[in-house]
Amino acid sequence: MKQQQDPNKAAYTEGISRVDGRLKVTGAAKYSAEYNQGNMAYAVFANSTITKGTIKAIDTKAAERAPGVLKVITYQNAPELPGYQTGKDPSKPPAGGGPLRLFVDNTVKYNGQPVAMVVADSFERATYAASLIKATYAEESFQTDVTKNLDKARRPGGVRTEDYKRGNPDEWKNAEVKFEAEYVVPIEVHNPMELHAIIANWTADDKVEVYAKTQGVKSTQNAIAQAFKLPKENVQVTTKFVGGAFGNALRTWPHETAAVMAAKLVKRPLKLVLTREMQFNSVGYRPHTLQKISIGATKDGKLTGLIHEATGQTSSFEEFTEGTVNMSRFMYACPNVGTIYKVAPTDTNTPTWMRGPGEATGAFALESAIDELAHQLDMDPIELRLRNYAETDPENGKPFSTKFLKEAYEMGADKIGWKNRPSKPGTLKEDGWLVGYGMGSGVFGAHRGSATVKATMQANGTLLLQTAVTDIGVGTGTAMTAIASEAFGIPSERIKFELGDSSLPPSPTQGGSAITATVGSAVHDACLALKEKFQQLIGNGGADQPDYVKVLKDKGLPQLDVTITSSPSSEARKYSSYSYSVHFVQVKVHPATGVTRVTKVVSVADSGKIASPKTARSQIVGGAIGGIGMALMEEGVIDHRYGRYVNADLAGYHVPVHADIPQIDTIFVNKPDFVVDPMGVKGMGEIALIGMSAAVANAIFNATGKRVRELPITPDKLMA
Amino acid sequence: MKKNKPCGNAPEGNEPEDNSRRNFLKQSSLLTAIALIPGVAVKAAEGHFDEKVAAVFEKVPVSIEINGKAHKLSVEPRTTLLDLLREQLDLTGTKKGCDYGQCGACTVHVNGKRVNSCLTLAVMTHGKKVTTIEGLANGDQLHPMQEAFIKHDGFQCGYCTPGQIMSAVACVREGHANSEAEIREYMSGNICRCGAYPNIVNAIMEVKEGGQQV
Repeated sequence: MKQQQDPNKAAYTEGISRVDGRLKVTGAAKYSAEYNQGNMAYAVFANSTITKGTIKAIDTKAAERAPGVLKVITYQNAPELPGYQTGKDPSKPPAGGGPLRLFVDNTVKYNGQPVAMVVADSFERATYAASLIKATYAEESFQTDVTKNLDKARRPGGVRTEDYKRGNPDEWKNAEVKFEAEYVVPIEVHNPMELHAIIANWTADDKVEVYAKTQGVKSTQNAIAQAFKLPKENVQVTTKFVGGAFGNALRTWPHETAAVMAAKLVKRPLKLVLTREMQFNSVGYRPHTLQKISIGATKDGKLTGLIHEATGQTSSFEEFTEGTVNMSRFMYACPNVGTIYKVAPTDTNTPTWMRGPGEATGAFALESAIDELAHQLDMDPIELRLRNYAETDPENGKPFSTKFLKEAYEMGADKIGWKNRPSKPGTLKEDGWLVGYGMGSGVFGAHRGSATVKATMQANGTLLLQTAVTDIGVGTGTAMTAIASEAFGIPSERIKFELGDSSLPPSPTQGGSAITATVGSAVHDACLALKEKFQQLIGNGGADQPDYVKVLKDKGLPQLDVTITSSPSSEARKYSSYSYSVHFVQVKVHPATGVTRVTKVVSVADSGKIASPKTARSQIVGGAIGGIGMALMEEGVIDHRYGRYVNADLAGYHVPVHADIPQIDTIFVNKPDFVVDPMGVKGMGEIALIGMSAAVANAIFNATGKRVRELPITPDKLMA
Repeated sequence: MKKNKPCGNAPEGNEPEDNSRRNFLKQSSLLTAIALIPGVAVKAAEGHFDEKVAAVFEKVPVSIEINGKAHKLSVEPRTTLLDLLREQLDLTGTKKGCDYGQCGACTVHVNGKRVNSCLTLAVMTHGKKVTTIEGLANGDQLHPMQEAFIKHDGFQCGYCTPGQIMSAVACVREGHANSEAEIREYMSGNICRCGAYPNIVNAIMEVKEGGQQV
């Protein structure tokens, strides 16, 4: 068995390479739109050009007569889905609202909502015919700007969204040093490179095969089975590769149900690929969120009071919530803390969780505010954080299972050269550019759920592991192979991990940084159980690593397998478990143009033991880059006069490109947390991004003396 | 509807060799115009012609060499090279990310040069050589750039990867891979939302410095 490498000392090219790497570099990896079948039908949407109102008339004749058109579906002719019978009375919405359902009535709830679906025998013909759909509307007044709807803000229902109070939060007002500011995070759009896509193929009247872009094949299976009132096992969902998602494939969207319905109507396999524009208004986004932080501290930097308030955007028909203010409850040791979280509706599609959901938004405010307070106190921002370091969880008094944030501060500061940071902002210049350093921390729950894995030793000596988890790109298959290699004690080349198939044993939806701990534990436990089963088969005195091929042959067995469900221990509930990150950046800001260049990045992760160093490093690097995008360029812009996006493509919505990104250093604290799971791993997908936008904002302040509290920090905000 | 005549008269599946046809195909502006016209097909449909007749009238025969293999095809003038590859030839390694030439996921080589296949009508590649990600390796032996991407983990989800690799190979061949900064500039048309940029740059640097034939 190979000894686990120190992920920091190993060269970046060492460690297990992605187990699906060869498929990805040769174009052989198949994503959801790529299961071409004979007789394929193609669906294309015609979308609403108004923001709110009702369809007065919809003329589909020209589209129906266009060549190759098989069907045009609108609310006038769409069959009612059996699963849509419940909760349909609009006068009595269920708590939290209900998801949008396409083609059930003539209402338009947001701009770009599909009003018709054209199905034709080619993509070109469907696209052309969709352009012939003519709808007329009765328009109603609308509001897409959350800042204009704050009077409608309300406290949502839901877990951990209620007001929180510890001590007397207003105590900050009596402090020696006070600070209060408001922060804004705009709409951000996930924009994974792969467009949302689904292929549906009814193989019998009550049986359908689906290839869908989803972060959870089981949840997609459930949603489709429910909508069409089918037994679950009659819905087969396959998702072998996902071209990124970042949260936008966490739920089953209305277009997916519509595609499955359309496939049934035309009795052909049907493919639907959303356009890039529709990634903006059909599959969620990070909501526009307004925040206020109020802090009080003593002159020597002890926090005496902290209030974190946030109002996030939701849709008019559904209530979306996230943990925007939650980290302020436990991040720092402060006796008096209050958090208030509200949502305000807009006439838009519903937001959804986007990488580092809530916390990424909250950390921009909290970690900017801490930096601002440090400046006011004339104190190093790391020193201020250390003076308020929480040794136990201030929210519930529980001990942390592991917390190496202090170590992370130190390692990152050392690596970036924090000592070079000017204590007075705007004083360091290099080649005509202003230079600054900044840091920000991130935190996210080290969650673990339940998963089931089947482990099979095959006659050829290959260990096959099977579970229904997906891999949205982070390298789940690779990490699981690494965990199995260590637990079972055989080289990774002899392990095959099969995923992305709803007929496999259950795994949760991939999200919330929980998969390596959750599925990894089941892999680990299944490997140990299978080893044990072999030992029993061999009898006493069997070698630790028997020749499995020979044992199976001698015993006349085609294979030996176990299926194990693994769940978190009750012991874990006695602890608070979080992963932490600290991001350090050096920026250069051009004083005349306001252009910001990120010139150095060091991202440190306290995410337990690192299961798969090579893919883990890439995950941290990728999150850091996502955070740089959030800080400097990402913003979904709606023209609120019309309620329509004006930048719904990748030319108008800027994401980081090669030229924006320097080399990025990653450091792993790499200390195991055995409370969370038997491997000692903690999640890292969210913390890779959380805190980065504040680090960049803080560095820009250090470089220029200008504090920008509204993301993204574009040149115009620095020129004034 | 005179402009549509050359399409309508061309028999399906046959490759006309006359120069006038070649010249015609070079008139990309004219082709664009045809793509935008509702065309014969709609007229046919409105006049209750059989759809199959309309389909024949809509298509243009083209010859394209793809990954070393000659293809004689019949395509609609409005079909992009990207959709031809993905939907008709099942060469799904080339990815659709935006359809506007903004993301680079659809990058292929046409006569050795990198192009966005989503901005290239299939008919524009008549008589040309197209290489896609499926045609880069030499049988089982990966291209050095593919090897370097695996070694340096130049991807996560893998969706932008074929475009990144095709672009990277061209970047080296063009002589635009002489420094990290130059690579970043000349690779900026290929977006990677997972953020594998530093790893991709490292992979390209290694191939460039290794001096292998790309």
